[in-house]
Amino acid sequence: MKVALLLLLLLAVAAIPGSLFPQRAADPNGVSQYEADHPELFKVLDAFPLQLFDVYSSVWFSAIYILLFISLIGCVLPRIAQHWRALRALPPKTPARLERMAGFTVNELSNPKASKADASEVAERVVASAETILKRSRFRTTTFSNAGTYSVSAERGYLRETGNLVFHVALLGVLVAVGIGGGFSYQGQKVVVDGESMVNAKIDYDSFKSGRFFDDSTLPAFGVRFDSFDAEYVSPDDGNIAALGKATDYTANVTLFGTDGSESQQTIKVNHPLRTEGAQVYLLANGYAPKLTIRNPEGEVVYDEAVAFVPQDKNLTSLGVIKVPYGLGEQLGLRGFFYPTKAELESGAYTSNYPELENPLLTLDVFVGDLGINNGVPVSAFALDTTNMRQLTGRAIDVESLELKPGQTVELPEGLGTITLDSVPTFITLDVHHNPAQVWVLVFALLATAGLLTSLFVPRRRMWVKAIAQDGGVRIEYAALARGDDPTLQRAVEEFVEKHRATL
Amino acid sequence: MFTSVEEFSMLALYSAMFIYALAFIFHAVDLANRSGQVKPVEQASAGKRPVTRERGSRALRIGFSLTILAFVFHLAATVGRGVSAGRVPWSNMYEFALTATLAIVFIYLIVNIWADLRFLGVLITGLVLLFLGVARVNYYVAVVPLPPALDSYWLVLHIIVAVLATGFFTLSFGLSVVQLMQSRRQRRLAENLPSKTGFLGTLPSADRLENLAYRLAIVGFVFWTFTLIAGSIWAEHAWGRYWGWDTKEVWTFVIWVLYAGYIHARATRGWRGTRSSWLAIIAYSAVIFNFSIVNVFFKGLHAYSGL
Repeated sequence: MKVALLLLLLLAVAAIPGSLFPQRAADPNGVSQYEADHPELFKVLDAFPLQLFDVYSSVWFSAIYILLFISLIGCVLPRIAQHWRALRALPPKTPARLERMAGFTVNELSNPKASKADASEVAERVVASAETILKRSRFRTTTFSNAGTYSVSAERGYLRETGNLVFHVALLGVLVAVGIGGGFSYQGQKVVVDGESMVNAKIDYDSFKSGRFFDDSTLPAFGVRFDSFDAEYVSPDDGNIAALGKATDYTANVTLFGTDGSESQQTIKVNHPLRTEGAQVYLLANGYAPKLTIRNPEGEVVYDEAVAFVPQDKNLTSLGVIKVPYGLGEQLGLRGFFYPTKAELESGAYTSNYPELENPLLTLDVFVGDLGINNGVPVSAFALDTTNMRQLTGRAIDVESLELKPGQTVELPEGLGTITLDSVPTFITLDVHHNPAQVWVLVFALLATAGLLTSLFVPRRRMWVKAIAQDGGVRIEYAALARGDDPTLQRAVEEFVEKHRATL
Repeated sequence: MFTSVEEFSMLALYSAMFIYALAFIFHAVDLANRSGQVKPVEQASAGKRPVTRERGSRALRIGFSLTILAFVFHLAATVGRGVSAGRVPWSNMYEFALTATLAIVFIYLIVNIWADLRFLGVLITGLVLLFLGVARVNYYVAVVPLPPALDSYWLVLHIIVAVLATGFFTLSFGLSVVQLMQSRRQRRLAENLPSKTGFLGTLPSADRLENLAYRLAIVGFVFWTFTLIAGSIWAEHAWGRYWGWDTKEVWTFVIWVLYAGYIHARATRGWRGTRSSWLAIIAYSAVIFNFSIVNVFFKGLHAYSGL
């Protein structure tokens, strides 16, 4: 018990660093940020044996919980054997002296005319009636007799120990289910623009992670087409200025293409994923994806795509990057902001003051040079590395940024060509998860809770009634013993004595 | 009379805080007077009296009645906030403080039907007053509708079990603090040393306090287990995974493990009594830390919209 207690306290303390340092599993961006801010310290903290950015899979954290579960097994196995024997055994012999036990009560029946033999007969009946009452209160009973002394020994509440064992075994079940589930799970993310589709295949995802035992070829190849997006915002007509522009509902309307060839209309909401073929499809994020067409000076289309802009605030001021590697001689990079409802700050800078397309505007800073994408090093689609690029428009060089409203076309600087903002469709980020064992985690967690409830609140107690035949009467003794925490023992004995007295 | 339900809620809150402050004073007066009530003869057997249904001093009765009255205003303030928002009143830090403190007082009042714990009145009214004051001054936000992420019936379930657990843990904490004082006093009396904490003579024995603290903590622990499970199910619905070591999840886990340790301590030789009480106090500090520091300063998915 002492080992278990110390390991539990150690586990609690060991879990804390994971809330102080960003964790790779929960907050990968936070980890990158930490690395950028403290490059030297990061190396030390990240390496074995500290592993502070992967606390919950670190050697030291794993060691603690594995030791805890070993100690749990070592404790529970002998107790299961012991309990198994106890479940099939009769209650132990009535103690010779009951005076020291809880709730000790004496009741004397006297009849001066009765002989010892008569008294003995009465004593036997007294114990028999006590046994009947105890049995009715779900006690397991056994009787003893020895030279005019009769007694019943009773025990109840075996469920307390059963619950305790179930709780601990179920915790083991939770751990195993978590481990298996992690090994066979997968998770993929995909940005989908209005009207486009995604397929549940590794190659189609923007990012994909899977457990070490997961076989990619077992992915069910269902598809999801993004048909339309409904967002509800608190509008100026609602009269709640403090909440203006706050979202109250997001609904993505999609068409689901099942692997069996079926086709159905579905909706995905936050808190209401689409569940299909063992996977759940979540609505993770949404925003605007300005659709741009870029033509070279000859009027040929060199770029024609909708680009997801990453929302920066609740009014969906969004930041995006467009890379045009071919077709214009030099490589072209555009970095811009999209404002669904443009408003001008006092400083002259723009912002958005409402998340819907009331007064949409796209501003673009233009760069030419080397995009840095030809070196084979993977680069983020959402970042523009301008170290080897020359800026042509933007505040930094005091040249006005390009400004575009939907439908407008403007000239690119230095006669590079033209750019058109065709339309502004919405995009959604879908997050697909599959964890085959999570239902088992729940089952074991609920089993553990049921075990916990019975182990904490079912009282386990022994009770004894002893009737001693004497000259001219019978002396009846009552007593009980708590096995584990039992706040109502005293009262239970009193009530029993009362009930038994009524039958005499 | 009121231009809005929100204004009514605010007025009810201020009234509740004022009455809690009065209740706090009466409870403090009661404790101060108790020192004089323990007669020298009684002092020898002090701390061995069981909790009985005593009427208590005049100050105690007034203090307890005021606590009930303050609870009624507090309830009105919380319900008013819910009505004016058109949803459950626990979707940001201010509202959560309002509801959690209400649950603490509610559990305190309910448990008093079963056992006389009115001597914790100073602690309960003081703590609740402090939390309400800090929440009102630092975390008040105007009513805004529920963001889509919180729009789920799991918000109702997950938080109700969490605040009920907090209520039980608070009482268990209070009893553990008194247990520490009482066992120190009993030790000094046993050694014939003087003890300045005379009022403890009118309170239950250290053993009895420990048993009460344990029983309240196990009820809290069961609710906390439900909080964890309900939270995991909701996390699966909302974020796609039932557990992801988000900072709030970490601390919920830490608290669960600490109370699991506390329950084990009861069955461990050498860990009953003072050590158990310290464990209960440490575990409760984690509860408070989780609610205050983690919410305000830690980054995570449980961030409250504008706090």
